[in-house]
Amino acid sequence: MSHYEAPIREPLVLGDKSYHDITEDIAKPIEGAANKNWYIAFYISLAAMLWGFGCIFYTVGTGIGVWGLNKNIGWAWDITNFVWWVGIGHAGTLISAVLLLFRQKWRMAINRSAEAMTIFAVFQAGLFPIIHMGRPWNAYWVLPIPNQFGSLWVNFNSPLLWDVFAISTYLSVSLVFWWTGLLPDFAMIRDRAVKPFQKKIYSLLSFGWSGRAKDWQRFEEVSLVLAGLATPLVLSVHTIVSMDFATSINPGWHSTIFPPYFVAGAIFSGFAMVQTLLGIMRKVTNLEDYITRMHIEYMNIVIILTGGIVAVAYATEFFIAWYTGSPYENYTYLSVGAATGPYKWAFWSLITFNIITPQLLWFKKIRRSFIWTFIISIAINIGMWFERFDIIAIVLSKGHLPSTWWRFEPTFVDVGIFIGTIGFFFVLFLLYARTFPVIAQAEVKTILKSSGEFYKKRSEQGIPTKPAINIVSAEGTSDKNNKE
Amino acid sequence: MESSKVIHAFYTDDEVLMDAVKAVKAEHHHIEEVFCPFPVHGLDKAMGLAPTRLAITAFFYGITGLSFAIWMTNYMMIQDWPQDIGGKPSFSWLENMPAFVPIMFELTVFFAAHLMVITFYMRSRIWPFKEAENPDPRTTDDHFLMEIPVHNNEAELTALLVKTGAVEINIVDKH
Repeated sequence: MSHYEAPIREPLVLGDKSYHDITEDIAKPIEGAANKNWYIAFYISLAAMLWGFGCIFYTVGTGIGVWGLNKNIGWAWDITNFVWWVGIGHAGTLISAVLLLFRQKWRMAINRSAEAMTIFAVFQAGLFPIIHMGRPWNAYWVLPIPNQFGSLWVNFNSPLLWDVFAISTYLSVSLVFWWTGLLPDFAMIRDRAVKPFQKKIYSLLSFGWSGRAKDWQRFEEVSLVLAGLATPLVLSVHTIVSMDFATSINPGWHSTIFPPYFVAGAIFSGFAMVQTLLGIMRKVTNLEDYITRMHIEYMNIVIILTGGIVAVAYATEFFIAWYTGSPYENYTYLSVGAATGPYKWAFWSLITFNIITPQLLWFKKIRRSFIWTFIISIAINIGMWFERFDIIAIVLSKGHLPSTWWRFEPTFVDVGIFIGTIGFFFVLFLLYARTFPVIAQAEVKTILKSSGEFYKKRSEQGIPTKPAINIVSAEGTSDKNNKE
Repeated sequence: MESSKVIHAFYTDDEVLMDAVKAVKAEHHHIEEVFCPFPVHGLDKAMGLAPTRLAITAFFYGITGLSFAIWMTNYMMIQDWPQDIGGKPSFSWLENMPAFVPIMFELTVFFAAHLMVITFYMRSRIWPFKEAENPDPRTTDDHFLMEIPVHNNEAELTALLVKTGAVEINIVDKH
């Protein structure tokens, strides 16, 4: 077994760590008490969540009319928020699945939290179409079951139904992938727990994981196959979300560029959200030795790449809209009409936050800086929200008949539900950060010898990673049966 | 049958453990089990474990999901209640197939992923409320435990294990 890694690669685990130190570091945030900042953040998020729930109940009780929708713009903030959250939910599976297939070891420090973020974000996304139905108790009508008026089935030609299948497959497979990876780490917490209640809970969560050689063999195979399945899955989900628009005949939506461009945008925004969350988490949980400057830089490189794809897509859309010479194309979200029309503030927000700001990451100093990364990641989160808002609100605000032109203005309910989902998301994430092992410690232990700072330094000096065998005397052994 | 005795040998390093497993196998002793805190690359081969067939099951589960999607779209859209939606009549499944590709793909993945994971949980006997079976809590932290059945050869085995770098050796009754 070789633990060699080229010395030019920066270490992934800093400091003089042993296997046991990793256990201690990961278990500490769970076993210790929460500090004041955690409680402040938690209560703010909880208040936002409850406000959002109030707005949802108001919507369901009164009707969709309490939103700012009109006969021209039949979906606006709800579908914007849906696509935004689904997009954010793309980084987790990308990190854990695609980077696993590419054997990128740096994924191990961030995959657990990124997947948690994915699952929590998809929860938020799923809320919006269900509320938008107006009668959420009939949500089961989207399932392929005969309805009560005869054997009329769901329409499998509809991209909205493809979405139902894509999102539910994505959510459930991500959840299973995440949980399977969590089993050994829950087992670690379980075996350390001193309080009986805690032991019981983690025993339940760990499904009785024992860590036999055969279990590990199967675990690795299952992880690999799940990664292979999740990779096309993650690409399919946003492809299908984009088809909600692309299969329509609206100018600005009816675009074959949408699927790849939406997928790139989703990864772009997902990584930005991972940066936002981990930038804070590594500090408050004292995991700076595991989530290092290099992890932040690698994620920033992915952001430059996917942001570049998005920028090229914008440029293409803008050029084609102009090149057709069609007046209808001048109402699309990327056109001269949009840049100068009543929604120009939304257009220029998109360009500023999504195209211009991320270019700062070309500078090595900036992409290795925690504070700059945090600021840019927030900018991208805002920019990607505007992208979806522009696609929906600008395109729908001007139809083929000028007499139908109408703009969208959100009501306090629209805003409240959106803020509520942000609160709900952070409530889940904060609870997760206190109760779950936030780093895949079993996986990190496998790369400690090849990528840990301590071992890398030693191997540069020619010291083998295998320790010298220290033979214990035969008297040191015990025979428990004789003692009994 | 009387309760059998086993040796529990503890190691604290994955490479030392690998050499120990090879040494014990070379002496033709049977290794009952090895408990590890993390996957050790190549350990299954060194112990002589058969390769797992879970990936093969995933393939067949995927085929099942694909077949189910084909059956479902055909039954619901073509056979049971054909509709003319947007001027696109439902005369034959094959002609409408392109619209069903997303469903076929998603159900293939859904079946393959979930049924494979369920198979894994059943085969490895892990599920909610299952009691853990690792004999020592340190094996999920930083200790590796090798379990070898004893047939009146304690002394010989102990000497061998000490030589391979075991940090602790216990002889226990296994029930």
